[in-house]
Amino acid sequence: MLTLKCPYCGVDADETDLHAGGEAHLTREGPGASDDAFEDYLFMRENPKGVHFERWRHAYGCGKWFLAARCTTTLQVFGTYPAQTLEPPQDIKDAISAQRPGWSWGNFK
Amino acid sequence: MKRYSAFAIAREAMRQHTGWDRAWAKPAPKKKYDVIIVGAGGHGLATAYYLGKNFGITNVAVLEKGWLGGGNTGRNTTIIRSNYLQDPSAAIYEKARSLYETMSQDLNYNVMFSPRGVIMLAQTQHEIRGYQRTAQANALQGVKTEWIGPQRVKELCPIMNIDGPRYPVLGGLYQERGGTARHDAVAWGYARACSDMGMDIIQQCEVTGVRKENGKVVGVDTSKGSIDCDKLGMVVAGHAGVVAQMAGFRLPLESVALQALVSEPIKPCMDVVVMANTVHGYMSQSDKGEMVIGGGTDAFNNYTQRGSFHHIEETVRALVETFPMVSRLKMLRQWGGIVDVTGDRSPILSKTPIEGVFVNCGWGTGGFKAIPGSGWAMAELMAKGQSPLTDEFSMFRFREGKFIDESVAAGVAH
Repeated sequence: MLTLKCPYCGVDADETDLHAGGEAHLTREGPGASDDAFEDYLFMRENPKGVHFERWRHAYGCGKWFLAARCTTTLQVFGTYPAQTLEPPQDIKDAISAQRPGWSWGNFK
Repeated sequence: MKRYSAFAIAREAMRQHTGWDRAWAKPAPKKKYDVIIVGAGGHGLATAYYLGKNFGITNVAVLEKGWLGGGNTGRNTTIIRSNYLQDPSAAIYEKARSLYETMSQDLNYNVMFSPRGVIMLAQTQHEIRGYQRTAQANALQGVKTEWIGPQRVKELCPIMNIDGPRYPVLGGLYQERGGTARHDAVAWGYARACSDMGMDIIQQCEVTGVRKENGKVVGVDTSKGSIDCDKLGMVVAGHAGVVAQMAGFRLPLESVALQALVSEPIKPCMDVVVMANTVHGYMSQSDKGEMVIGGGTDAFNNYTQRGSFHHIEETVRALVETFPMVSRLKMLRQWGGIVDVTGDRSPILSKTPIEGVFVNCGWGTGGFKAIPGSGWAMAELMAKGQSPLTDEFSMFRFREGKFIDESVAAGVAH
């Protein structure tokens, strides 16, 4: 079973205690955005086979949203971090680079 | 190709079965093809078959990274039905279901199509209204389904407990000519027919790149060298996003693992397919006697072909209430497949931003039933650039807000 560490309360939470919230680091477009930008935001997804960034909620714990870096092929977790950030912290990126040299995801690498 | 027949069996019985041919050839890739199909599952092989049969295009290669029919074609629960709410869905799924009726004769290959009937159970008031609405829509679409009451459900499937304390059976949407087929045989039958038309089915040949010139596809790089083509069809289900990334565009898809399991074989006890969408479970009995059970999908992206363990418990727990006898069964095997899910739970059969590249994906948790219709429509799209069956299923429908919303209509299980 997938286990993620909640960055707020520090609990190692099982998948059944969590709610998966889809892709992380989406740019939330608003009024005035182009059709292309809106389509990207609402529908287009990275869906990678490998390194992925996602939103999770510690539903049956502290109830807070956090972000996780994970491999979609091996289910290896590279790290979790608070949701109040526009890009993954450097230590998470370093942890991924140590395991998956040359990775990239969206605009991050 | 030597035809299979009762006479052929008798003839081979007289000579120790030494005269059977290989069902399909094992060629090395040529330098160039008119059309390359990526993915030798049911949908890819059906696309190739109808390109040849309906449009005379036979200079075709079907590339497969693993083995033929080894992905979702060999991992589904083999259910065939066409009781969808929206008109474009009903059109393509009913086309598929009607092609299944004569597939064994058309392909000269026994796909064991068994129109034993499919019941989708209504276990909440909301589902009663939803399925009655679908039955009315189906009547207008020319798809034969009917709304039946709980007693009729019990007659059709006596092992069911219709008075469950939490989710009583309140009725069902019944499609008499829905049913099951042997999923491997569908892939094998198409492969044999394609090979007979001179197409090359190349297994263990993984596509690693898509080559373009001036915005038009010119070929693919593979683990068996690079191959040129005029048109490219991507029919790779869960890995659609991976191949699209090679071609340089994104798709409105997310890939998740969907699970199924089978029990030990038991004596015949159930001659219909039952789907219970409220409790996330569906069940039928195979010809071997195993109870074939479809389960839930993971809530997060993954390519593990395994699935989360707790879904098995949820599925079986739900089935035990509706089918009390299941509680005494041992489960033999469990497996997962990677399904690609779109926002409106409808497939994508479409041109792409790259000229000459076509994509057939997004069948989500219910692609097997659609194989012949999907292949028929995809072949027309690739040959003529347009098909009435695929018009509504463009990958660009999302930006226009023209969804084919089956996520509400069909519930969780497809």
